Amino acid sequence: MEALTLLLHGFAVLMTWKILALMLVGLVLGIFVGVLPGLGGPNGVAILLPLTFTMDPTSAIVMLSCIYWGALFGGAITSILFNIPGEAWSVATTFDGYPMAQQGRAAEALTAAFTSSFIGSLVAVLLITFLAPRIASFALKFGPPEFFAVYLLTFCSFVGLGREEKQKTVISMALGLLLAAIGMDTVSGRLRMTFGFDPLMRGVNFLVAVIGLFGISEILLTMEERLALRGHAAKISLRVLWKVWREMPRYWVTLLRSSAIGCWLGITPGGAIAASFMGYNLAKRFDKDPASFGTGRIEGVFAPETAAHASGTSALLPMLALGIPGSGTAAILLGGLMVWGLNPGPLLFVEHKDFVWGLIASMYLGNVVGLVIVLTTVPLFAAILRVPFAAVAPMIVVSCAIGAYAIQNAMFDVWLMLGFGVVGYVFKKIGVPLAPFTLALVLGNRSEDAFRLSMIGAGGDMRVFWSNGLVGSITTLAFVLLFWPLIARIFAGAGRLLRPTAT
Amino acid sequence: MPSTESEIVVEDPSAPSDASPVLAGTRTVEVAVYLLLIVFALVLGYDNWRSGMGWDREGPQSGYLPFYLCVILAGASLYGLGLMFHRRKRATQPFVTRDQLRRVLQVFVPTFLFVLAMQFLGLYVASFLLVAGFMRFVGRIAWWKSLLTSFVFAFAMFATFDVAFDVIMPKGPLEAVFGR
Repeated sequence: MEALTLLLHGFAVLMTWKILALMLVGLVLGIFVGVLPGLGGPNGVAILLPLTFTMDPTSAIVMLSCIYWGALFGGAITSILFNIPGEAWSVATTFDGYPMAQQGRAAEALTAAFTSSFIGSLVAVLLITFLAPRIASFALKFGPPEFFAVYLLTFCSFVGLGREEKQKTVISMALGLLLAAIGMDTVSGRLRMTFGFDPLMRGVNFLVAVIGLFGISEILLTMEERLALRGHAAKISLRVLWKVWREMPRYWVTLLRSSAIGCWLGITPGGAIAASFMGYNLAKRFDKDPASFGTGRIEGVFAPETAAHASGTSALLPMLALGIPGSGTAAILLGGLMVWGLNPGPLLFVEHKDFVWGLIASMYLGNVVGLVIVLTTVPLFAAILRVPFAAVAPMIVVSCAIGAYAIQNAMFDVWLMLGFGVVGYVFKKIGVPLAPFTLALVLGNRSEDAFRLSMIGAGGDMRVFWSNGLVGSITTLAFVLLFWPLIARIFAGAGRLLRPTAT
Repeated sequence: MPSTESEIVVEDPSAPSDASPVLAGTRTVEVAVYLLLIVFALVLGYDNWRSGMGWDREGPQSGYLPFYLCVILAGASLYGLGLMFHRRKRATQPFVTRDQLRRVLQVFVPTFLFVLAMQFLGLYVASFLLVAGFMRFVGRIAWWKSLLTSFVFAFAMFATFDVAFDVIMPKGPLEAVFGR
C-alpha cells in the first residue's frame, strides 16, 4: 500500500505546532464564515486567501482547506437552529432539522448533522487517498490535446447537465473565458483587448473577480432581505451525543447511499447543492413512511448532510489529480495554488509530495478536529447571529477590499472587485449561474494554451482531437454531454415510437 | 419544549416592506443585460478581429479563440433576447422593489465612498470611517458602540495584516504621522 505510506508521511508533515495552530484558526474562521449570513464557503476562502500569501504553500493550503471544512460544518448550525440555510447546500437540512429544533431536539439534530457530515467527508477523503494518485499517474501521459479534451469535457458537462437555462450557462462561461483572455497573450506575447488601458495589461485576476462576485454581491443580496431572525439556542450534552451515535448504525444504508451520491456529484461538476437535495429525496423515496419526512425525522438530517460533505470534499479530487476544480471553492483553492507558485495538475503528485499528502492528511485531521470543535462550541457560534448585520456588513466589505488589493497591490483591482460585485448581484437575480463563470475564468488560460499547443503540434489539423482512442473518446463524450438534453429527448421520442400501443 | 432552551431573537426594524412598489421586472433587466452583453461582444470581437483572428503558419493567432468566444457570447445573448420576445406575454417576476433598492444602495454607496477614500486616507482610516459610519447611520447603533467597534476592528486589521503578515495596504497621512 504505497498510498498509506505516503499518507503517513503526510501526517508527519502536519505534526508541527505551527500547522496545527493554523488548522485550528482556519476551522474556527471557517465555522464563523459558514454561520454568518451573506458569507459562505467560496467567499470565505476568497477573502481570507491574502492572509496566506506570505506562508509556505503547505501551511497555506492546510489553513484554507480548514476554512472550507469549517464552512461546511457551519452551514448546518443556522439551518437547524434558525431555519436559515447559511449555505445553499444546507437548504435540504432545514426540512427536517428545523422541525426537530422546534420539538426541542435541536441538540440531537445538530449532533446528527455534524456526525453525518464527518462521515460523508471521511468517505470522500478515502476515495481521494486511493483514487487521486492513480488518476494523476494516468494523466501524466496526457499531452496538450488530451488536456484540452478534458477541459472541453468540463465546460460541456456544465452546459449539458446544468439545470439553468442553457443560454445563461453559455453566456456565463463565454464571458469568463473572454475575461481570462484579456491582457498578455501567453503564447505570442501580444496584448489583446486592453484598448490601450495599462492596468488591463496584467489581465483580469481570477481572485479579484471571485471576491467581487461572491463577497460584495452576497452582501448586496443579503441587505435586500428581511434580516430579522428567531431561533433556538442549543447545547450538546454527552448524553445526547451517545444517544445519536448509538442510533446511527441503524441508518447505514442512508449514510452509504448519500456518500456515494455526494462523491459522484462532487467529482462531476454537479456540486454539493444538487447532492444534498438528491440525498434527501432518495432517502425519502426509499423510506417505508415517506410522509413523515419534513416533520423532524433524524434521517432527513443524515441524508443531505452526508451527501453535501461527501460532495464538497470529493470536489477536490479532480483539482488535485487533473488541475480541474469540481466546485467553486475548489476553483478558488486552485487559484491559490497558482499564487503560491505551484502548477496544478498531475505533476503535483510527483514534484510536490509534501504538499499533496500534507493536504490529504489535513483532510482527515481537519475533519476530526472540526467535529470536536463544532460539537463543543455550538452555543458560541449560534450567539454570533446576535451581532447586528450593520456591524458585520462593513467589516466584510473591508476584508474584501484588503483581499482584492493584496493580490497584485493594485488599486484598479479594488474598483474591478466593486464592478464584479454589481455584475454578480444582477446575474444572481436574473438566474445566470456564477459557477461556470468562475471555472472558465480560472481555466481560461490553461485551456487556451492546451488548444494552441495541440494546434501547433498538429499543424492546425482539428483531427488531432480524435487522433487516438483516449483523446477521441474524451472529446466525443464532451460533445455528447453538450447536446445531452437534445439526445435525451431523441431517445425518449424513439422509445415512444417503438412502443406505440403501450401508452 | 424543555425549559433549558432559550430563544435567540434579532429584530430588523428597517426591513423592506412587501408592499413596496416594484421598480423593474426581471424581464426588463434580463433584456438590458443581453443588450449590454451583445455590445460588449461586438467591442471585444472587433478588437480581436483587428489583432488577428485567423491562422498563422504555427497555428491560431492570438485573437482566434477570443473572437469565436465573442461570437458565442453574442449568439447566446441573441437567443436569450429571442426567448424574452417569445415570452413577452407571460407575467414577469419583480427584479427589485423601491425599499429593496434603497437598502442595496445603503450598502453600495458607502462601499463606493470607502474605495474612493482608501486612495487618499489609506485603507485603515477609511475602514474605520466605513464601519463607524455604517453602524451609526444605517444600523442606528449607539455612537460609543459604533466608534469603539470600528476602532478595535481597524486596529485589529492593522495588527494582523501590516504587523503580523506583512501584507502591504494603501496608507495615508495618519500612518505617516506614526512613521509606518
